[in-house]
Amino acid sequence: MPRVSMKVNGKPMAAEAEGRTLLSAYLREGLGLTGTHVGCDTSQCGACVVLVDGAAVKACTAFAADLDGAEVTTIEGMANADGSLGRIQQAFQDYHGLQCGFCTPGMVMSTAALLAENPKPTEDEVRHYLEGNICRCTGYQNIVRAVMAASGQDTTALAAE
Amino acid sequence: MPKDDGIGASTKRREDTRFLTGNGKYTDDINLRGQAYVHFLRSDVAHGRITSIDSTAAEAMDGVLKVFTAADFEAAGGLPCGWQVTDRHGQPMQEPKHPILAEGKVRHVGDPIAAVVAETYEQARDAAEAIEVDIEELEAVVDMVEALEEGATKVHDDLSSNLCYDWGFVEENKDAVNEAFDKAAHVVSLELTNNRLVANPMEPRVAVGDYDPWGDSHTLYTTSQNPHVIRLLMGAFVLNIPEHKLRVVAPDVGGGFGSKIYHYAEEAFCTYAAKVLKRPVKWTSSRAEAFISDAHGRDHKTKIDLALDADHNFMAIRTETYANMGAYLSTFAPSIPTWLHGTLMAGNYRTPLIYVNVKAVFTNTVPVDAYRGAGRPEATFQLERLIDKAARELGVDPIALRRQNFIKADQFPYQTPVAVVYDTGNYDATMDKMLDLADYANFDKRVEESKARGKLRGFGIAHYIEACGIAPSNLVGQLGARAGLYESASVRVNATGSISVYTGSHSHGQGHETTFAQVVAEMIGVDANSIEIHHGDTSNTPMGMGTYGSRSLAVGGSAIVKATNKVIDKAKKIAAHLLEAAPEDIELKDGKFSVAGTDKSVDWSGVTLAAYVPHNYPLEDLEPGLEETAFYDPSNFTFPSGAYGCEIELDPETGKIDVLRFIAADDFGNIVNPMIVEGQVHGGLAQGIGQALLENCVYDDQGQLLSGSYMDYAMPRADDVRGFVVDHSCVTPCTHNPLGVKGCGEAGAIGSPPAVVNAAIDALHRAGHTHVTHIDMPLTPARVWAAMQA
Amino acid sequence: MHNFEFVKPSTVADAVQALAAEEAQPLSGGQTLIPSMKARLNAPEVLVSLMGIAEMQGIRHEGDMLEVGAATTHARVATEAAAAFPGLAGLAAQIGDPAVRNRGTLGGSLANNDPSACYPAAALGTGAVIVTNAREIAADDFFLGMFTTALDEDEIITSVRFPIPQKSAYGKFLQPASRFALTGVFVAKYADGVRVAVTGASENGVFRWSEAEAALASDFSAEALSGLSCPADDMIADLHGSAAYRAHLVAVMTRRAVVAAS
Repeated sequence: MPRVSMKVNGKPMAAEAEGRTLLSAYLREGLGLTGTHVGCDTSQCGACVVLVDGAAVKACTAFAADLDGAEVTTIEGMANADGSLGRIQQAFQDYHGLQCGFCTPGMVMSTAALLAENPKPTEDEVRHYLEGNICRCTGYQNIVRAVMAASGQDTTALAAE
Repeated sequence: MPKDDGIGASTKRREDTRFLTGNGKYTDDINLRGQAYVHFLRSDVAHGRITSIDSTAAEAMDGVLKVFTAADFEAAGGLPCGWQVTDRHGQPMQEPKHPILAEGKVRHVGDPIAAVVAETYEQARDAAEAIEVDIEELEAVVDMVEALEEGATKVHDDLSSNLCYDWGFVEENKDAVNEAFDKAAHVVSLELTNNRLVANPMEPRVAVGDYDPWGDSHTLYTTSQNPHVIRLLMGAFVLNIPEHKLRVVAPDVGGGFGSKIYHYAEEAFCTYAAKVLKRPVKWTSSRAEAFISDAHGRDHKTKIDLALDADHNFMAIRTETYANMGAYLSTFAPSIPTWLHGTLMAGNYRTPLIYVNVKAVFTNTVPVDAYRGAGRPEATFQLERLIDKAARELGVDPIALRRQNFIKADQFPYQTPVAVVYDTGNYDATMDKMLDLADYANFDKRVEESKARGKLRGFGIAHYIEACGIAPSNLVGQLGARAGLYESASVRVNATGSISVYTGSHSHGQGHETTFAQVVAEMIGVDANSIEIHHGDTSNTPMGMGTYGSRSLAVGGSAIVKATNKVIDKAKKIAAHLLEAAPEDIELKDGKFSVAGTDKSVDWSGVTLAAYVPHNYPLEDLEPGLEETAFYDPSNFTFPSGAYGCEIELDPETGKIDVLRFIAADDFGNIVNPMIVEGQVHGGLAQGIGQALLENCVYDDQGQLLSGSYMDYAMPRADDVRGFVVDHSCVTPCTHNPLGVKGCGEAGAIGSPPAVVNAAIDALHRAGHTHVTHIDMPLTPARVWAAMQA
Repeated sequence: MHNFEFVKPSTVADAVQALAAEEAQPLSGGQTLIPSMKARLNAPEVLVSLMGIAEMQGIRHEGDMLEVGAATTHARVATEAAAAFPGLAGLAAQIGDPAVRNRGTLGGSLANNDPSACYPAAALGTGAVIVTNAREIAADDFFLGMFTTALDEDEIITSVRFPIPQKSAYGKFLQPASRFALTGVFVAKYADGVRVAVTGASENGVFRWSEAEAALASDFSAEALSGLSCPADDMIADLHGSAAYRAHLVAVMTRRAVVAAS
């Protein structure tokens, strides 16, 4: 089986991958990074979103072999150097932006991509950007709050129209 | 103000740290040494007779360990049903066998026919394609009404018909109800569908079976809301494994919403195959598989009538409902359209006479069971839609009609005509609160603003009641439950004072690890960080019934209170000994025991250390150690209630409805963690609005599932739901549990669908589309547009 | 999914050669192909990734023409085409979701010709030229019905040349589950006429609504469309909407696209 190498969360890593090995399987089974979750098979739910060369990508809809040599960031790479929660992670905890936690890695990674592109998004922009990440628990309101808070914005007006 | 981590504080969730860093441990993250993988070959036809299965070629393929069929499970039982409903004639329901793998017939698309275990998942799936199955296709039974017609094809050959039961409640009231209708000044009727839904927790189901020959013991890791229930059902009824040889672990579980309550075939399969093959066996559901193997929810067709007198007082309610059971009885399926539905038909109102008829029907579809709310959303939807229709037909204000018929605050406890006794409530208060938060007084102005933009604005109301905190065991036993519905807790105090709590409840998003710790921290007065909550493993938690029906705090929390009180009682005796005082003079405050009226005290850790290092200790009267277990069996249901208001804007050109604001004023009794309660309501609202506007599980007349993936089953997204305003300041504490709590997990999903539909009808009527009296959910743009054209 | 040999050439010539193998298929962003392979509806023996071919990447603006490399992602088009051809950028920004747009490509979308995909509306609505390794195909000749195109076996799209209109916009009505177009209309006004292309609605895939084109040619305004309706024959009917509803949406979304373009 061919070996595929990537820089994952800043570290060079390699694992065997068949042609059909998806990036999600490569991360979860090949590298043991089980923080990236798989919630569907039609590229809809976004639980598997990771950053590939800085861009949000659904890891269940990309072949590992196609991304040989890429730089990948997963949820395991989002904490601060001292292990404390990073800015986005902390906002999700502070604003109760997660419940069962299964969609959370994808939400956090999509948020990271959004804030890199648009550091002060409006509520509408946040909601629109997260349309490819399905959460069944939170009703999204606290996720949106968390994203607004992570971008340093006031969240108090969010509930009202 | 509450302490940072006591009762009433919005303590941040401790479980979040692991979930936010990728350190959660979900079942699919568990990989055991030597693990093999199973793939289930599932039926692609809805109904057929299996004439042959040839797995020779598959068995010979690379990596294949074994192909299993029904013949391998001759010694096993079927998947049991946990509730027996008795019909209106006193006869038990028809209860067909639900085999692990299809025996002779397939009965729905997705029914497992064979299972291939191989070294890798892909090998198992490759081999499954090589199994030759001949199926003689039979006519599919899909429509519930047609299924009961004379001569209809039978889903189960050995049953007399497709009728599971014909239930009447309260049967003795039937004639009186009909007489009331004869005398009524007004009768209002509505026919409606409660659309079939798929629970869709984001984590698909997973099972890993493991067998240890050293102790001849089994372990099952599974995505379950109630591991003890799975252990009992699977061990005792399916695989004949005694509990002491069977451990069931439900680690981090990625949402359930009811669909992970039930005992599923894949769990029994993996447990059994692990012993046969002497290797761990793992199954991970794909989303496509989840759509055809997870139990579905709702799927009722109802005709409901309301009789009113000349002054618009409700006189009687009469309903006839068809409830889809699917092809087999899922674990709690029979109880949903009956005891969790009929008993709620009084709603918040003084209706003296009620008769509910439910015909439960077998069809060639996936089994249907509880989904968030379970029976109570169906009851609320009928009632709150019908009252709105009544107000419109009578030309009265829907709020005033509701208020006129509300059970008033001074009328509790209130015995309804449908068997339950509401302990507390104040429905006018929640209605007032909701209307205030909704700025209802200025709604007409907003209608004009929308009109100026070419949009139709509408406001819809629903007031719900639910029965939660299930349930008194002796009562549910009389109603047909084959289980008790208590909850358990063990509180183990360690020598240095830290506390390990073992609960029979299971957390899969509800934040128990935080909330339960808040309760114990408050009671003892210690730092919540010194308390750890353990759940989900039958090997270390006492027999518990799990998490569903908004019961965890009301029942599981009460068990924790009870066990903690036992601990405190014993700790006081130890403290009394250390302080040379009488136990009744000992007070516990802020983690310190003191003798009333003196300055003598000993702190918590001084007592706990004495319990485990009993040098100065009343050994003749008291055992060493500090650990107590309690079981709590509730004396009644709890009755959360609330007023919901939905403001929508409808695009008359496309029929698209946007929810602008959704106001929820709930009475949940006392609240431990307001932040978590708010989050629970948000999630429920999204699911309820999803049901009302987006979600629909649809079969064609051949029994093929048309909405079998997220390409066609519309899940609410971040830009579909917004504007939630949640309030829980109206509090009438539950009178019969120690915390005075009622439960909040399902409310949002129960109260919101009728509010959304009422808002849509309101918008249409305000714009002159008065011919539209009802639109069945989901109110997709296409359906709304079609209704406007009619 | 079935296993396959994965190859990733760096030139179009190498890709074409690799595709000559038995049961070989091209892979660009994979946002449709990979899910269909997971469902085992598609099982190539060799998968030829086009994502490593530099000459198929990027956007080139030349006078009244915008040429987009076939392997350019929707996300790049959404940002990089915004100044030169905002109508196209706006359409690209509405495809799927951000993560899908970071992988999905123009060439992949056109070659697949999903009847509900967005890009075919832009190609047909501009009269674009589909450039392949072998020839140039006018958009009017390219789309041959649901999931069918004029592409020969082993022929790959290398770029698409869009004539830049004076005004243009895409009106998309979402299918709420898939986020594809329940009905989408691309309207483009040129000096010599107007083109209106409709996706999501017809059983035959993307089509031009010639009556609307004629009406808009003399008066590019929503009012010019009043009274005009699209026949419901051949429209898709499914659980998201009837044929009549889709036909109705064609008119509504055309009007909205015209307003957005004006």
